[in-house]
Amino acid sequence: MASLIGSYSLFFGLGCSLLVVFFSLKDLKNLNNLDNKILSLTFLQFLLVVLSFFGLIISFVNSDFSNLTVFNHSHTTKPLFYKISGTWGNHEGSLLLWLLVLTLFIFLFLIRSKKEPKKYRILTILFQQIIIIGFFIFLIKTSNPFDYIYPVPKEGLGLNPILQDPALAFHPPILYLGYVGTSIIFSSVLAASVSNYITKEWAKHIKQWVIISWIFLSLGILLGSIWAYYELGWGGFWFWDPVENISLMPWLALTTLLHCILVLEKKSILTSWVIILSIATFTLSMSGTFLVRSGILNSVHTFANDPERGLFILIFLFTLIFLSLFVFFFFHKTDKKNTTSFFLLSKETSILVNNWFMMYFLAVVLIGTIYPIFLDVISSQKISVGPPFYHKLIIPFLIPFLLMMAIGPKLNWIKSELQNKFYLASFFVISLFLSFMIIRMLEISILINTVLFASAFYLFFITLRDFFIKGFKNLAQNIAHFGFSLLILSILFNNFLSTEIITNLKVGETYQSNKLTINFEKIEKKKMQNFEAIIGKFNIKNESDYIEILKPELRIYNQPNIVTSEADIKTNLFSDKFMTMNLVQNQEYFNIRYQKKPFMIWIWFSVLIISFGGLFSLLKKRYES
Amino acid sequence: MDYLVYLKKDMRVKILLPIFVIFFLVIFLIFYKGLNHTNIYTPKIISNENIPLFKTIEFQSDNEITSKEVFSGNDYYLLNIWASWCIPCRDEHNFLMKLKKNEKIEIIGLNYKDKEKNAKKFLNELGDPYKKILSDSDGTISIEWGAYGVPESFLIHKNKVIKKIIGPLNDSSFKEIERLVK
Repeated sequence: MASLIGSYSLFFGLGCSLLVVFFSLKDLKNLNNLDNKILSLTFLQFLLVVLSFFGLIISFVNSDFSNLTVFNHSHTTKPLFYKISGTWGNHEGSLLLWLLVLTLFIFLFLIRSKKEPKKYRILTILFQQIIIIGFFIFLIKTSNPFDYIYPVPKEGLGLNPILQDPALAFHPPILYLGYVGTSIIFSSVLAASVSNYITKEWAKHIKQWVIISWIFLSLGILLGSIWAYYELGWGGFWFWDPVENISLMPWLALTTLLHCILVLEKKSILTSWVIILSIATFTLSMSGTFLVRSGILNSVHTFANDPERGLFILIFLFTLIFLSLFVFFFFHKTDKKNTTSFFLLSKETSILVNNWFMMYFLAVVLIGTIYPIFLDVISSQKISVGPPFYHKLIIPFLIPFLLMMAIGPKLNWIKSELQNKFYLASFFVISLFLSFMIIRMLEISILINTVLFASAFYLFFITLRDFFIKGFKNLAQNIAHFGFSLLILSILFNNFLSTEIITNLKVGETYQSNKLTINFEKIEKKKMQNFEAIIGKFNIKNESDYIEILKPELRIYNQPNIVTSEADIKTNLFSDKFMTMNLVQNQEYFNIRYQKKPFMIWIWFSVLIISFGGLFSLLKKRYES
Repeated sequence: MDYLVYLKKDMRVKILLPIFVIFFLVIFLIFYKGLNHTNIYTPKIISNENIPLFKTIEFQSDNEITSKEVFSGNDYYLLNIWASWCIPCRDEHNFLMKLKKNEKIEIIGLNYKDKEKNAKKFLNELGDPYKKILSDSDGTISIEWGAYGVPESFLIHKNKVIKKIIGPLNDSSFKEIERLVK
């Protein structure tokens, strides 16, 4: 029943789209107020998609296995929480979520843009409806979440156990709010180009949408990263895996866009940047969907390999790209009088310089992700691009980037002199000295690391000082930049100070090194609702005889039959102790991996600070108006 | 990107637009080909044919070895194509370990497009069912055998393939192998 309602809602929702397009085109010639029918229909469409989404959730909760999606991805013994999160833990359901966010955002946009020119609003609706119609057809034709299966099976196939995790239940919706949120920026920028409205006022109005998408995208990436850290058992937080890169690329483009919008808001320049970046952000999000859903890349996000689906997204994606090329080349007019007035020492120049750095980082990630696919297709060679590639190409350029982040905000708009040169220079000397001392203690290669640490410390100190001196002025920006310096510092310390022990132990045995001993005390077995757990108990004694107990776990899921390894992590302010164990086949030995990872929690925390910077600027705006 | 505006508008349209269009068309074509890429090579199904001849490196000893040396002396062989990066290979590994106990059959592993370090780690973790492990670092030997992908297993009797199992071994294919070997 719920499936039936959901299924019909989808068709009616598509019908709404067609009506909205019809009325919008009719209304385009009319110069008066926006036709109220459009607003009502957009709201109705949103309600229908909500209804459809709830229909699917109810089918999941009731374990209605006559629904093919539920049959493929659920099981009666699954806890209720994962039955619900299973709704978007699969291809069909997650596309329905896409559609939900798409329709939600256009509705919110209509409510919040009442002061904007009418032609621009109608064009935004039209462009957004093109995307919405594309996704409706895609959903109904190739991945309908309400397909029937007959005879009705008694039991479902179950959800992939590594997806049964709280962080991962929230990761897709939050990431999608960011991903799909960029669609509204895309539609809006095309509409503004066509109606010749890329102005300061437009920048002021679209800025909040950029910041909202940016916050959600940052948090979504953070959740995915935390999940990978404790669930995949590799003990790292970023693996330069293609799927991670795909979420990072729109983030880089969106961050750059955010800075360009700030410039545009003050001074009518960088319009081409703004248009191209808005288009790039959304098309990069779409390409991400294409790459992981078509099976070209293999990962936990590859739900099903179906060439028909891949082909549809591919054609749709390139239709949007060509549409935006057309708009950009034929409609975009730039105001020439403003473009030449760049002074070397000004805030906009420093933003422009860092934009180019961001574009460089984006290009590195893009090439590292896409090039192996191209090579495979063209010459059938398989190469894998790993962390060394990214580290070598990105790290050296972080140094000027960080310095620019510290100094740039000190400059004024349009034309400026560097004031307080003395303290800027003295902070740098202090940072350099501090890093030099740290590097000497760590016994790693001196030159590049000293400068790298120094530039991160420099940003750290400068932003820290500004909290006290500037107070509320530019606080949002300062919070975000401070968070970034903290992120880089935590990553660096984490990277250089991490230690690892890998060994095979059986129950009762003890591993000894000069720094610590690991004693494998016992194993316990526990029967849970949908898995059986084998829990090891380890006593770890460090140099100062302090004993810590870690209990890593192996879970043997019954539906489907998969063994996963759950790390046990003891977190404190300064370091994480991380332990996993794995079965060694046909032996009584377990493979033990023990890691000490300093400042792990600070990596997560600093991303939260960065996102909070965005949130703060939104709240401040609300408060001021 | 603002330098775009220094060009006159018709210049932009005449020069830059075609460049962009061609650029994106090329990307489109490559992705399009990529979608079908897994189907580019379709080998014919072999059965009751002499096994292909090849020469490769043996894993443990790093010596060169020929197919004749590998498949002589025993009655039955199971050639198992596997890789450490292949998830289904983990599923079927249990069956291989069980089959190892059957003395009538020798299991030969063909390590497909893999790194030696990862492969060894895989076997350390899950156990080593193989009598010999041969390296197929570029995947060409598997193509000679007509493999569709990893994992895949060939049951060999007197230099002929008598059974080919596509995908991971399961209960029924495991029982069939035991029946055929008897």
